[in-house]
Amino acid sequence: MHLFGYRLPGMSSLLLWGALWEFIGQAKVTFFIPPLSKVLSTLYEVLGTVAFQNALKETAYAFCSGVFYAVMIGIIVGILMGKNRLIDELLLPWVNVFLSAPLTALVPVLMVLFGFGMKSIIITTSLFAVWIIILNTRAGVRQINRSLVEMATSFGATPLKAFTKIYFWAALPEILGGVRIGIIRAVKGVIIGQLLISIVGFGALFELYSANFLMSHFWAVLIVLFALAFSISEFLAYLERRVSYYAAKR
Amino acid sequence: MSQIKNVDEDLQNLEKPIAVSVDNISKNYGNVEALKDMSLKFPKGELTSLLGPSGCGKTTLLKIIAGLLEPSAGTVMVNNKRVTGPGTDRAFVFQDFALMPWASVLKNVSFGLEMRGVEKTEREGIAQNYIKEVGLQGFENSFPHELSGGMRQRVGLARALAVDADVLLMDEPFSAVDEQTRRKFQEDLLQLVESKNKTFIFVTHSIEEAVYVSDQIAILLPRPSRVSKIIRPSNFRAKGVDAIRRDSEYLDIVDDIWTSLRSYVE
Repeated sequence: MHLFGYRLPGMSSLLLWGALWEFIGQAKVTFFIPPLSKVLSTLYEVLGTVAFQNALKETAYAFCSGVFYAVMIGIIVGILMGKNRLIDELLLPWVNVFLSAPLTALVPVLMVLFGFGMKSIIITTSLFAVWIIILNTRAGVRQINRSLVEMATSFGATPLKAFTKIYFWAALPEILGGVRIGIIRAVKGVIIGQLLISIVGFGALFELYSANFLMSHFWAVLIVLFALAFSISEFLAYLERRVSYYAAKR
Repeated sequence: MSQIKNVDEDLQNLEKPIAVSVDNISKNYGNVEALKDMSLKFPKGELTSLLGPSGCGKTTLLKIIAGLLEPSAGTVMVNNKRVTGPGTDRAFVFQDFALMPWASVLKNVSFGLEMRGVEKTEREGIAQNYIKEVGLQGFENSFPHELSGGMRQRVGLARALAVDADVLLMDEPFSAVDEQTRRKFQEDLLQLVESKNKTFIFVTHSIEEAVYVSDQIAILLPRPSRVSKIIRPSNFRAKGVDAIRRDSEYLDIVDDIWTSLRSYVE
């Protein structure tokens, strides 16, 4: 964007919003919003604490495992659904139901089934992410050019080779789109899991800070979390752009 | 003059060895008969065109020979072996090129060899040779979307040649490229048939193209699908590529085919 003839760098609007935040904080409108400068200095303090580092570790572990399972299961099930009519008919209604279902309501059931530990949190994370990955992969496989499949068959590709050499790559732009949205949902999943199932990780920090009205701590952790989720999403968007050169030409 | 014979018992009484033999092939889709009791022989080392109006089942027949479709009845023999699926003795060239858009020219050309388990450096070496042969040297690392339609089909052709199959199956390979490129392709194809001892089966809907490139033309007619005529032009092609389109036999055959197809074209 250009303003008064000067080119503004990306995201310069954040400065404006940051200034507004600082102003409201300094004006002491509500205890709920401390000044941004205070939040940032608290953030710096918090980053070094053991509590924060443990929370980060626990959350990262649950998040990464959850996303890993969601991506693996999502891609495989999605390709199978796209290729096989029977599997598609069997699973599609469930995928659509779970995609739109309020999954938070399912978390207590998961607690009964899998206990109050890390396992339930990982499953919750996967459950949030997996459906959109399945649906997107399925869509990617279904739009695959018929003659590309015939080509692979005519050169003697085994089903496994066709899977890894043709279907996966042909569906990759859609798969990455699905993974990106899935990961954004997984961030929700992991935090909800940590808040509802057992108070650990970032969930525990939120609980602790908000219960004790430590608002600048609360905001500091929130900023960290938002920044992490945003960076992951942007990284995947970058990967998506890398393959978009052939997305339109399949 | 043109040697046009009508369908009868000794329709294809050839002295040449037969590479591909199609015997009493039928193909039904539910109640629809795509092919009915079709028989045809393809002599070794020659180019045979399957020509006919749309709906005559020429692409269906080609895909049955390729092993991509299963016939409802009848057999296909390639080098005296019965076809039960795709095999290393045949290679397919696709109308829409069927290139992998995420892979370089080199990867695309070596795909067939990769599926046959040829080791990487070896298959890329072979692919390199064929890329050169079809005139795409210097484009090994380009991607399909960076190439023109004609160049893309050259990649498809190189991929089919690279596996060194006896029989090349071409499904309207030049219909998606522009007129001038097509003419160049047709000339190159004549040279290819001449230089390689391969059997070509060529599906087209262009009468001129069929007469120009073929040693033998099978005219297919729809409803019910059948081989109505087999035309074997005498050797007007020996007079050189530049003379073919002015040859009186060439012009007669083109006219003749049009007369027999006219009533089937809506």
